[in-house]
Amino acid sequence: MKKSSLLDLLVLVIRRDLVLAMRRRADVLTTLIFFVMVVSLFPLGVGPEMAMLRKMAAGVLWVAALLSSMLSLGRLFSADYLDGTLEQMMLAPQSLSMLVLGKMVAHWMVSGLPLVLMAPVLGLQFDMSVEALGVLILGLLLGSPVLSMIGAIGAALTLGLRGGGVLLSLLVLPLTIPVLIFGTGAVEAISSGLDITSHLSFLGALLLLALVFTPWVTAQALRISME
Amino acid sequence: MAINWFKYSAPTTFYGLAGKLIPWFGVSAAILAAIALYIGFYVAPTDAIQGEFYRIIFIHVPASILSMFLYLIMAGYAALGLIFKTRLSSMMATAIAPTGALFAFISLWTGALWGKPMWGAWWMWDARLTSELILLFLYLGFIALHASIDDPRRADRAAALLAIVGSVNVPIIYFSVKWWNTLHQGSTIKFSGTSMHVAMQQAMFTMLVACWLYAIAVALMRVRSIILERERNTTWISELPEVKL
Repeated sequence: MKKSSLLDLLVLVIRRDLVLAMRRRADVLTTLIFFVMVVSLFPLGVGPEMAMLRKMAAGVLWVAALLSSMLSLGRLFSADYLDGTLEQMMLAPQSLSMLVLGKMVAHWMVSGLPLVLMAPVLGLQFDMSVEALGVLILGLLLGSPVLSMIGAIGAALTLGLRGGGVLLSLLVLPLTIPVLIFGTGAVEAISSGLDITSHLSFLGALLLLALVFTPWVTAQALRISME
Repeated sequence: MAINWFKYSAPTTFYGLAGKLIPWFGVSAAILAAIALYIGFYVAPTDAIQGEFYRIIFIHVPASILSMFLYLIMAGYAALGLIFKTRLSSMMATAIAPTGALFAFISLWTGALWGKPMWGAWWMWDARLTSELILLFLYLGFIALHASIDDPRRADRAAALLAIVGSVNVPIIYFSVKWWNTLHQGSTIKFSGTSMHVAMQQAMFTMLVACWLYAIAVALMRVRSIILERERNTTWISELPEVKL
């Protein structure tokens, strides 16, 4: 297969999934609203002292992003699985890994990117400084695709199972801990005047690793689940 | 003389072998554990810095070591089952998982008991504690995924993939947690630099061997049950003396 046709395939899958997502806008919005709500609950729970809120802002935003991305993962394959599209995709002569990568990218654009765009507003509620906000956004931009990609493995493994949603979180959350650590670490570093490149480099490395391995692993998981 | 190395890789033959091996492993585990406890409580001297509290390491350290090794062994068996489609390997992986989770739990529990008098807190967000906790989560994920899939073949393969992904992630998680910890608190409490007393070493290593033997015995018992459950419709099971009764 030519290189360009693989790219065409990728673009095709992304466009298809985006169109489908735009037809069901409520799904996208609920994830975003969940994110905003979880973040807004924290000050109510721990008290309104600004100094404390500023200190925990990055952690709260990251954990909330982690939880909201879990919420939308169940939908990654389930609709295609239920109406038989997934079976056709697996029968297609094109690389399943590439199809899966397309679905991951589309999923991130629908459920990860809105969170990244929403994060600065919520960060202002926590009185974060501008530099800290910038680093937070940068970290989220690098880290949230990893969440979608690792999550896709879990989504493929739990496809069509009873109680898949909770199980999915149980499987995926421990694997996402490094992303959480480096994402919040970067913000912590800039707040205390340290260098942030190491944290962001690690996030970038995780992104690259995930980009290389997770589509293939997810494709294997789909084969296991569909046989 | 040609030896058939794969003779015991079939559940049919392994079932009998496991039955014969279990008493040996079980009894020697009990004897060694008794010896280790004796050395640990009566022979090993009181620690100069930690007093009597340190004695919990005689179970804590073996449990921690086993919880980590068992995960690797479990992932190895799972990978064998996934690649070569050998039924017994997947069954072994399933049989090891609860024992590994148990050891991870014991390790955390005894660590908390040790931490209260030594650190003054039941729990510290220490790098080792945190990664042990995450390891327990990984075990629980494996068990939960396996339990929620009805078709045993699919359950084996899905759980195997999860175990492999988990084992690739373990070093990344460990180092990131370690780094995270050093970022947050400058100094962590470490074991004192003094070398261990010989009796302490003996007690710990004897207990380590006892734990290994226990883990093997229990895994074999569990794999026998799994074989009986999965192969219940075959003739060789119905001809077993313990089933015929």
